[in-house]
Amino acid sequence: MARTLITVPPSARRGEVIEIRTLIQHPMETGYRPGADGKVLARDLIRRFSCRYDDGSGSQVVFAAELFAAVAANPLISFHTVATASGTLTFTWEGDNGFMQSESVAIKVT
Amino acid sequence: MWLSLAAGLGAWVVLRPAAAQAPTEDLAAAIKTYTGGAAVREGRIRFDIAELIDNGNSVPITISVDSPMTAASHVTSVAVFNEKNPQRDVARFQLGPRAGRATVSTRIRLATTQQLVAIARLNDGSWWSQRVDVIVTLAACIED
Repeated sequence: MARTLITVPPSARRGEVIEIRTLIQHPMETGYRPGADGKVLARDLIRRFSCRYDDGSGSQVVFAAELFAAVAANPLISFHTVATASGTLTFTWEGDNGFMQSESVAIKVT
Repeated sequence: MWLSLAAGLGAWVVLRPAAAQAPTEDLAAAIKTYTGGAAVREGRIRFDIAELIDNGNSVPITISVDSPMTAASHVTSVAVFNEKNPQRDVARFQLGPRAGRATVSTRIRLATTQQLVAIARLNDGSWWSQRVDVIVTLAACIED
């Protein structure tokens, strides 16, 4: 399991726009770089990221991203969402070599 | 003498990279594939990136689109392209009215001094873009 760091305000007012920051430990190997032995290192990227917001009225994708080799190692993605109701935010990273990881964070909306 | 020196310095200082030039062919082709050939207008996007980059391995970027982000008027996608990395694509983001604010940040790699383009698609079908030229002193992908 890769280490992740997710910043979500623990509570928000209804309708407030909140900032979410996510960071995941990953080399994002481009597939263009030679290793110590001179051979090109195999590509190992996170290809997709998504954030689903389950606020009780069904889970909806609020933000998604497609990442390419030009995204730096340990990809940081920061975006916003509207705090609609208390619920769970689920973050999913998917990538090469079957990489997949999901993390959930609860949010309280008043 | 000081006056002439000052004038000389002034002339030197204005020799900054010229205004964003037209994109190279393969960059234009990558953008065309993404937009499906639709007309792309300049404006409405703010592309925040340092103009002079010390380390191309991790360059913070922020893209903001001027949009109310309501169900009637919102940004549906934002993409970033580059001119001289091995691949033209950098990242593509999908947004919607639930995003609340059309501002996205990430960190990217830059192989060399080049031009970057951010493109946004609005729900009314219009495309907007912003170009920036950056100078990179230490390129990504050199050290291992």
